[in-house]
Amino acid sequence: MKPDELRAALPPAAVGWVDEAVTQIEVDPGAIARLFPRAARACGRAPLGDAPGWTADEAARALLLKALPGDVVAGEADRLYRFGDADEKRAVLRALPLLRIGEAGVPLLHDAIRTNDTRLVGAALGPYAAHLDAATWRQAVLKCVFMGLPLSIVDRLDERGDEELRVMLAGLAEERAAAGRPMAADATGLLNRLSGTALRKEA
Amino acid sequence: MRIFDPHIHMTSRTTDDYERMAAAGVRALVEPAFWLGQPRTSVGSFTDYFDALVGWEPFRASQFGIRHHATIALNPKEANDPRCAGVLDVLPRYLEKDRVVAVGEIGYDSMTAEEETAFAAQLQLAIAHELPALVHTPHRDKARGTQRSIKVVAESGIEPGRVVIDHLNEVTVATVKDSGCWAGFSIYPDTKMSPPRMVEILKEFGTERVLVNSAADWGRSDPLLTRATVDLMLASGFTDDDVDLVFWRNPVEFYGQSGKLELDDDDAPEKLFEGNSILRGGS
Ligand SMILES: [Zn+2]
Repeated sequence: MKPDELRAALPPAAVGWVDEAVTQIEVDPGAIARLFPRAARACGRAPLGDAPGWTADEAARALLLKALPGDVVAGEADRLYRFGDADEKRAVLRALPLLRIGEAGVPLLHDAIRTNDTRLVGAALGPYAAHLDAATWRQAVLKCVFMGLPLSIVDRLDERGDEELRVMLAGLAEERAAAGRPMAADATGLLNRLSGTALRKEA
Repeated sequence: MRIFDPHIHMTSRTTDDYERMAAAGVRALVEPAFWLGQPRTSVGSFTDYFDALVGWEPFRASQFGIRHHATIALNPKEANDPRCAGVLDVLPRYLEKDRVVAVGEIGYDSMTAEEETAFAAQLQLAIAHELPALVHTPHRDKARGTQRSIKVVAESGIEPGRVVIDHLNEVTVATVKDSGCWAGFSIYPDTKMSPPRMVEILKEFGTERVLVNSAADWGRSDPLLTRATVDLMLASGFTDDDVDLVFWRNPVEFYGQSGKLELDDDDAPEKLFEGNSILRGGS
């Protein structure tokens, strides 16, 4: 989702508030500290029909972050996440792939994946998770399975899934079978796909 | 039946308590920032606590369809520790959060000069951030502590209708009623109030501008005593509408003054990804 698509998906009243806030941030980047927490009250929290998977407050907050000048954006994103409530933290995580910050947002992903809040763990596994090392990424995928998160939220799942992830999933499947508890269908599907890939490589 | 517990410390309760509260009819609550039994010695342990009140606790509550809100403040007990004075500087950041609906708990514990300074300063923060205030009254020397609290509130210039004076009893209720502040009662039998005494007070002083809470925390307390009080009110001749006024519309009116209560689809669990770790145990 590109910034102009997010802006176009917002209801008209929210667009007005966001445009005004963006102007303020362009003049005074520090204003984002006050505007960022207010975005949900100003723009609402409704899911956006034209931006599937995004809510109005998340999109508005992403646009505020996008308005920051390049030399402060990484530091401000870090501060807004650190001092944000759960919704603000999630909005920062969703916005990371839109920002020109290189690897600077990776510590935020690590923090989110350490939590037990499904909304934060899920938001950490979007496109920006490309910056996560393979071991961290695999642990996060397995954590999604434990937390009951749908694996469809994981960006480039099949592309990044590897033999090590297959071994980890197979181990979980075995434990679940021993305990008489089912594994989620999408996790079993991933395990089967990874096993198929492994067989094809052997052949 | 719908119950709004306007004062409960869920940080100290288990996830099973959220489940039992939902089953008993609790649909919304306010969790005030207070002390944790073990004194804190740095600003950092306060910010981690405040972060939980606006992050982890709303998430836990949402698993059971309970709307969680918070009040944020430096509590009177810890206001006496100079190592915690810096907490006052970080409060404005939290008072801007969506689910923070008041400044609290503020007030007196041992009625020291430090407590009074923090109390007055935080009433000014409530005015500046357009929030109501939740005032805790002390366990020791309660009657004089309550009178002195009302005086500090009056001197601050905050509108009395935006203040609740909490943990009242038979001795302190009348002065608070006369002050124009809201009257708060904690059904916490050992030290504060019991359901039968609460029902008697409601008979005598009426159901207007009264908040009844469990104040359940890490002490000998019970998050279901709101429901027990509801049942006793009904058994004592109060109507369903009286109960709804005391246990829903009153807290909604009081905390609604923040403009930040989120109750629209209060019976539906917050939209989550399918399943969650709490119902399944941690991962
Ligand atoms: Zn309390």
